Amino acid sequence: MTIATPNSFRTGPDERGHFGIFGGRFVAETLMPLILDLEAAYEAAKRDPAYRAQLDDLNTHYTGRPSPLYFAERLTAQLGGAKIYFKRDELNHTGSHKINNCLGQILLAMRMGKTRIIAETGAGQHGVAVATVAARFGLPAVVYMGATDVERQKPNVFRMRLLGAELRPVTAGNGTLKDAMNEALRDWVTNVNDTYYLIGTAAGPHPYPAMVRDFQSVIGIEAREQMLTREGRLPDALVACVGGGSNAIGLFHPFLDDKDVKIYGVEAGGHGLEGIEHAASLTGGRPGVLHGNRTYLLQDDDGQIIEGHSISAGLDYPGVGPEHSWLHETGRVTYVPVTDKEALDAFQLLTRAEGIIPALEPAHALAHVAKLAPTMGKDEIILMNLCGRGDKDVFTVAKHLGMDI
Amino acid sequence: MSTRIDQRFGDLRKEGRPGLVTFISAGDPDYDTSLAILRAMPGAGADIIELGMPFSDPMAEGPPIQRASERALRGGQTMVKTLAMVREFRKGDTTTPLVLMGYYNPIYIYGNERFIADALAAGADGLIVVDLPPEADEELCLPAIKAGLNFIRLATPTTDDKRLPAVLANISGFVYYVSITGITGTASPDTGRVANAVKRIKGHTRLPVAVGFGVKTAEQARTIGLDADGVVVGSALVNAIAASLDPRGGASSSTVSAVTELTQELARGVREARRAVNPA
Repeated sequence: MTIATPNSFRTGPDERGHFGIFGGRFVAETLMPLILDLEAAYEAAKRDPAYRAQLDDLNTHYTGRPSPLYFAERLTAQLGGAKIYFKRDELNHTGSHKINNCLGQILLAMRMGKTRIIAETGAGQHGVAVATVAARFGLPAVVYMGATDVERQKPNVFRMRLLGAELRPVTAGNGTLKDAMNEALRDWVTNVNDTYYLIGTAAGPHPYPAMVRDFQSVIGIEAREQMLTREGRLPDALVACVGGGSNAIGLFHPFLDDKDVKIYGVEAGGHGLEGIEHAASLTGGRPGVLHGNRTYLLQDDDGQIIEGHSISAGLDYPGVGPEHSWLHETGRVTYVPVTDKEALDAFQLLTRAEGIIPALEPAHALAHVAKLAPTMGKDEIILMNLCGRGDKDVFTVAKHLGMDI
Repeated sequence: MSTRIDQRFGDLRKEGRPGLVTFISAGDPDYDTSLAILRAMPGAGADIIELGMPFSDPMAEGPPIQRASERALRGGQTMVKTLAMVREFRKGDTTTPLVLMGYYNPIYIYGNERFIADALAAGADGLIVVDLPPEADEELCLPAIKAGLNFIRLATPTTDDKRLPAVLANISGFVYYVSITGITGTASPDTGRVANAVKRIKGHTRLPVAVGFGVKTAEQARTIGLDADGVVVGSALVNAIAASLDPRGGASSSTVSAVTELTQELARGVREARRAVNPA
């Protein structure tokens, strides 16, 4: 479905948190006053130069921003088409883009006088980033993580514990990201006075999708400038992986009104879209309401949410940020699925071609780049967000390659 | 428009006692047992019934109702079957109000208009949709009221006086006061605070106020019933179902009676509530 093209794709959400019909605030009454407070606090912080300056300083000296824009010369030659650039957010402190959002939100939490941080995590990248900023600012953090994910992401589990966070495995449901998010919401409802819920992706009730996007937009803002400096022009295509979609919206948003830039969001196709073993909410789901927002969801005919599946724990969320749902329906962004197998191949391709071990999440984006680049001219440019590094995934990859480490 | 809920609270006022509002998840642990429980509850002393529409992700529920919802879904419960259960119940009981309670997504996927029409036709009287705040009234609340259903909303300890009018606008039937900040079936309410909260809400509305979340015993039902027009019990009842199941998780010969016995006990609690202060 395509709806009327707006004058700008960068003005959303409206004051009630809607991107077209998507987004909104579908939460229990106990949480409504809290998210209204949060919205007011965020609006005030955005206008405060001192807040902005503190965040910029941390981005520079703690995270290591700006992250480099890297021309992948050998990969470009191997694929034989468009020039491929990576925005290297995997070089950030903590190893992924998640820190961009966590710093912004923990500064906000402290402005609001909150003394306890809770979060959900899937692959553990967000959990590690939360544990990191909580340690940096001396706040206690409780991280909810599905019991299944705790098992398959042991390195990150250990890192969170080293950093001093309390990790609470969630056994409800299938014990993955959506169940962790349910449990974090239940904690928040129970501890409304002192607790700040630090959501890791551009989803949830308004203002989270807009706020997380704003913090992640540093990726796209930097990349746009770097590309103009390096090539004197904008790229022809952007590619990023989409689970909840925070790294993708961060890269895409500053380019949404650049009409000549084609934009691709890559979803986790798991074992393929013909079955239910995937996590492609946009290309394999339909609109519904979960975790505070209306968005595309994996669900059955009765409106029961289906667990997503992906080789990548960071992508197997059955929903997606509401702004992506809107960009999908307006046709501004093209969303495509990539299977586990294709992502594994891309993981190995990048490792050997460039000496970079990517996380399995951006390996999905790379699999699409590998399909796209050969169809484009050598004078064209693809910019991909390399949003996380693959250290956490070496055990998973070894298992799938039949190796014992 | 007077509904069964309005009539029931009117009758309770005449009797001078609070009502007992009981909750079960439709289809827990299976359709037939759940229907038998539903049919037996009014006779055991339930004045109003809340029938949960199971959802895979019940974000405001504690473990008891989460598990009840899971049991029902595992038993094959769907929205179509939940509405069929209401229809079956209504054949044998034309007076006990029945409120459908749940989360928005299964309704949204069923189709809002179709849901309202089918719920009314089946004999449901009201709706509680946990994740539809007043900000989303045009979605379901206003069309449901227009069609003749009561729309009941939760007010909570975080709903301050500034927000209370918005929460109370557009609703009918009764106000469901959530007595704790938390999920269902966990902490017990502080009865002193509950009394103040009920008084506060009544300063803003003429609707009856029912109080729930954390009420487990007849004694708690009695104490809360001193101030509230209704006492809601859910987790304790679904825990009774859970405790009665056979080792494989199926209904046993004592499942229905486990619920009716607890309902009888709770009903005694609410019936003692006003007698203590207003001896007839």
